[in-house]
Amino acid sequence: MAKQYTRNHEWIEMAEDTGSWRVGITQYAQEQLGDIVMAELPDVGRTVVAGEECAVIESVKAASDIYAPLEGEITRINEDLAGSPELINEQAEGAGWLFEISGSLDGAVELLGEQEYADLVG
Amino acid sequence: MVPFAGYSMPLRFAGIVAEHQAARVRAALFDVSHMGQLVLAGEGRIATAEGLLPIAAGKLAAGRSKYTFMCDEQGGTIDDMIVGNDGDRLFIVCNAASADAVAKHIEGNLADGCTFQRLAGRALLALQGPQAAAVLAEHAAADLDSMYFMDALWTEVAGAEARICRCGYTGEDGFEISLAAEAAASVARALLADDRVAPAGLGARDSLRLEAGLCLYGNELSAAISPIEAGLRWAIPPSRRRGGGFVGADTILDQIANGTARCLVGLACEGRAPLRAGAELQDAEGQFAGTVTSGGWSPTLERPVALALVGSQHAHPGCRLSGLLRGRSIAAETVELPHVAHRYRVRPRAS
Repeated sequence: MAKQYTRNHEWIEMAEDTGSWRVGITQYAQEQLGDIVMAELPDVGRTVVAGEECAVIESVKAASDIYAPLEGEITRINEDLAGSPELINEQAEGAGWLFEISGSLDGAVELLGEQEYADLVG
Repeated sequence: MVPFAGYSMPLRFAGIVAEHQAARVRAALFDVSHMGQLVLAGEGRIATAEGLLPIAAGKLAAGRSKYTFMCDEQGGTIDDMIVGNDGDRLFIVCNAASADAVAKHIEGNLADGCTFQRLAGRALLALQGPQAAAVLAEHAAADLDSMYFMDALWTEVAGAEARICRCGYTGEDGFEISLAAEAAASVARALLADDRVAPAGLGARDSLRLEAGLCLYGNELSAAISPIEAGLRWAIPPSRRRGGGFVGADTILDQIANGTARCLVGLACEGRAPLRAGAELQDAEGQFAGTVTSGGWSPTLERPVALALVGSQHAHPGCRLSGLLRGRSIAAETVELPHVAHRYRVRPRAS
C-alpha cells in the first residue's frame, strides 16, 4: 500500500510485519529542518489522539514538533535513531522512520496521496 | 533565505554543519554586508571615540583595531563593534540592527572638529578559516604575512579596492573585507571559485560564534545587559577603567569595582537536546539560577553548548545546574569559555 502524507509533512505507511502504521517525516521536511541532531520519540505503550504532539526533532537551529496522524498506541520506535539521528536526513522516507502506531485510519488527520502532497510542497 | 535585520539573507547553503566544518577546517565565505560601516574623521575623532567607547583611542596605532562596545547612560549596551585606526580616520563596523542607534548616539555626542559618516553602498565579506589567508593571498595585493589578528589595511582584492581587517566572528583566523557594493559579487565569486572556500549562511555564523563563546548583541548584550555582566571587562584598558570619561562610565566602573549580580558563563549540557535561548536554569535546590542567552548544537564538540546569564554565585566553572526543556530537567555544568579554542593569528610579543 502506498505512503500517505499529512499537511504537517509526515508520511504514514502500513508496516507489513506488524500491521501497525509506520510514521516518519518527509524528504521535504528533513530538507527544511537541516542537520538533525536528535529525535525525542514517544514511549512505547503511550496512547495518543490524532493531531497530538508526540515527538520532537531537534535540528541544529530549532526543535520541531511531530504529531500523531491517528489515534492509537505507540507500538514501536526506531532504535537506530539514538545513535544515528542523521538517518532522518539521509533516509527520511525509509530507514529514518520515527515510530509505529496501532490504530484505525478512521478519525485520522487529513491524509494526502503522493501527488496531492507533491503539489502541496510544490 | 530568511528575513534578518531588514534584509533577506541565506540561512544556509550546503547545510549548517557542513558550512560550520568548512570554516573550522578550510575556509568559509559569509556575506555580512548588512552590518553597519561608519567613519569618524577630523581632529575631534579621538575625543568623540573616547567619549563614547571605553578604549584608549588616542593610543590605537594606525593599522590596528580593537573590539569594544558603546553604552548608554545607565551602562546598558547600545552595541558592540570593532574600531580601527585608518590613519586619518576611525573605521567602525557594528551590528546591522543597532546601526541606527549607534549613528544617533554618535551624532548626539560629536566632539568639535569631528565628522561622522555612515557609509552607504559598501559591502562586507567575511572569509574565515585556517586556509582563509592562503586563499586571500592569491587575490590580495598586500602581503598578508605582515598582518596579524586585528590588523587592518587598504589594498586591492581581486582587482577591487578593499579594506581588509584580520578579524572575524568565528574564533578562526580570517578576514573581513570591506568593499564597494558593485564589486562585491565578482570578488565573492573569485573567492568561491577556490575549492577550499564554501559559501556559508547565518546558521553556521551563529553556531561558529557560539562555539567561540562570542557575544551576540540582542542575546548576550542588550540595553538590559551590560558589557561587564557579559564578561567583557577584558576589553577595557586599565586607563579607561581608572579614568572613566565615557557614557555609562559610572555604572561600568562600579560594576568593575564591586562586581555584578549576574555573569555570563558557558554551559555544557548532557544529552543531545540543546537548551536554547530563554531556557530557565535552576540550581541543585531547584531555585532559579539564571537564563540561557544562546544555545545550540556544537558540530565540533558533537554535543549541545550554551551561553547563559547566571547569578554570580554560580559563575565559576564546574557549577552544576539544570535547564528546563519541555517540562524535563537537563543536567548542565558551567564551563570556561570559549567552548572551542580560538585560533587567531596573534602577533608574537617582542621579547
